[in-house]
Amino acid sequence: MSLKNALCAVTALTLITTTGAFAETITIATVNNGDMIRMQGLTEDFTKKTGHDVEWVTLEENVLRQRVTQDIAAKGGQFDVLTIGMYETPIWAGNEWLVSLDDLPASYDADDILPAMRAGLSHDGSLYAAPFYGESSMIMYRTDLMEKAGLTMPDAPTWSDVEAAAKGMTDKDNEIYGICLRGKAGWGENMAFITTVANSFGARWFDENWKPQLDTPEWKEAVSFYNNLLTTYGPPGASTNGFNENLALFQQGKCGMWIDATVAASFVTNPDDSTVADKVGFALAPNKEGVDKRSNWLWAWALAIPAGTQKEAAAKQFIEWATSKDYIELVASKEGWANVPPGARTSLYQNPEYQKVPFAAMTLESINAANPDSPTVKPVPYVGIQYVAIPEWAGIGTAAGQEFSAMVAGQQTVDEALAKAQANTAEEMEAAGY
Amino acid sequence: MARSVTTRRKTINTLAAWAIGLLIFFPILWTILTSFKTEAQAINDPPLFFFFDWTLENYAVVQERSNYMRYLWNSVIIAGGSTVLGLIIAVPAAWSMAFVPSKRTKDILMWMLSTKMLPAVGVLYPIYLVFIELGLLDTRVGLTIVLMLINLPIIVWMLYTYFKEIPGEILEAARMDGATLKEEILYILTPMAIPGIASTLLLNIILAWNEAFWTLNLTAAKAAPLTAFIASYSSPEGLFYAKLSAASTMAIAPILILGWFSQKQLVRGLTFGAVK
Repeated sequence: MSLKNALCAVTALTLITTTGAFAETITIATVNNGDMIRMQGLTEDFTKKTGHDVEWVTLEENVLRQRVTQDIAAKGGQFDVLTIGMYETPIWAGNEWLVSLDDLPASYDADDILPAMRAGLSHDGSLYAAPFYGESSMIMYRTDLMEKAGLTMPDAPTWSDVEAAAKGMTDKDNEIYGICLRGKAGWGENMAFITTVANSFGARWFDENWKPQLDTPEWKEAVSFYNNLLTTYGPPGASTNGFNENLALFQQGKCGMWIDATVAASFVTNPDDSTVADKVGFALAPNKEGVDKRSNWLWAWALAIPAGTQKEAAAKQFIEWATSKDYIELVASKEGWANVPPGARTSLYQNPEYQKVPFAAMTLESINAANPDSPTVKPVPYVGIQYVAIPEWAGIGTAAGQEFSAMVAGQQTVDEALAKAQANTAEEMEAAGY
Repeated sequence: MARSVTTRRKTINTLAAWAIGLLIFFPILWTILTSFKTEAQAINDPPLFFFFDWTLENYAVVQERSNYMRYLWNSVIIAGGSTVLGLIIAVPAAWSMAFVPSKRTKDILMWMLSTKMLPAVGVLYPIYLVFIELGLLDTRVGLTIVLMLINLPIIVWMLYTYFKEIPGEILEAARMDGATLKEEILYILTPMAIPGIASTLLLNIILAWNEAFWTLNLTAAKAAPLTAFIASYSSPEGLFYAKLSAASTMAIAPILILGWFSQKQLVRGLTFGAVK
């Protein structure tokens, strides 16, 4: 009896000490996007599997970026897992701010990550952030309005097709605007879109010697086209519309077309929020006739580990859990296939259940059409499609975004906006020592 | 004739005061209204004023998603703690400046105020490094100290102006009666200055409650107050205005109620000394 007791005591003690040694509380910094909120709700599953507890710090995107940068640079060690985007991953990895994720176990199947995502989240061939969800951009259009206008949208339209569709669907008396596009200033707002338009007109931000190219005819053609399209067929006040504003307009049935992030597809087809849920069609982001590059971007919200965390092992376990195939299954079982985080893994698009989701095929095709290593027709020295992956970009992009936003608002001409953006970019790049 | 002009002027003044008051209050009113809308209604164009289906859904979502009480408790501790700590330091400081001024008193007061002239972000990095060294990051103690230091110049200035109004003779009389310095401050000065101290206290609680730069930058999960709670509801991809408004309403409600009940004190303290 006493032996049994002793055994029990030893077992209990071992259990306590082992869980005590391994169970940790990790702090995760994230943004308030639907998929992240869902993940927070499912954290219990992670705690159950690993014993680790999770503390969430949810911040606004730009505050998060600034807060996390400051903490990493000062080695504050406040966060164990970070939610970061495709823009900062290669830059931060280059600064040795992130822990490489190359040693994730075979069961994680890192080769299953969509190649475009993997390329965008790697630095010198090593993966530094695991995609939680990924997106490209595509056209979302109203099938009923197209039909009414007697038009059909090709699966791979050109800008001329888009302009014709915008013209055909516009009915300003009934507050229906042929096309809604981003006009709100910001490197991640209007500049994400305008840069992709420029790519699809054969333009590029910099030549091989880092000389800004906004004074080239390609840029002028691209920006003139964007400005004309949006001011002629777009909603009033388009210069202040970003992703959320356009989402609201589209859901209220006021946009004939909207070219934006593929993740929006699940919002506009959700009958709880959208008045046009059953009347949405999808097509690839357009290009100019004869130009080899389409205007679709590539973005991922990814999870990374800051160098200097004391809880690297637990943090890795979390990333493994949150970006695994099992996690996708878990979300599907609780919330349905339309709500799983999209755009990260190849296997998801091979899943017959997911293939039934109306926007699945077009999302994959859009992501596959994007190549961050070769974003433009002419060669460029940078990585990134709707951004330039250099630290100076946030400043340059936002300054240019303000000029183009003022242009859409009618405060200046296309030439003026381009000249100012070119001058500012040249100045910033020179100051940065390029 | 003269009387009618006065009445008319009074009416105009009253109307102007109401108009300005409503204008200032409008953003708060709009936030509260938005918190009862659905996300779609929140961004409806034209904006919806009162005629929409009022819903409590946003409050339910916010309650479910965030631990409101934890943020609230942190706010109470940080705002209350920094104010009390500030008063303990500022009352003796203001006493000495008001009643035993030296040649340099005015300079010291100006110097204290000058610390408010530097943008906070200018000292963010040094303070962050000091906090790392002292292990104060994401702690209530750390934030309490920082907010106390940030608001100290205002506390000292307010108390100084208030103490200046108290006749020095009364304190002299107490001294003649054999009161020690401690007794003089505790039993003579403080009771006379209670209204001023109270309004200083209230104003500083409000300032510390609403402080969003340091509270966001120096906290992560444990010590985050209501400002961080609000910040967590904005979203780059997805509609959030209604939920953000609900979170904001919940965050400002306690301080709004406190302000409502103490507005007389507050106005009196703020305008004291303005008219002689």
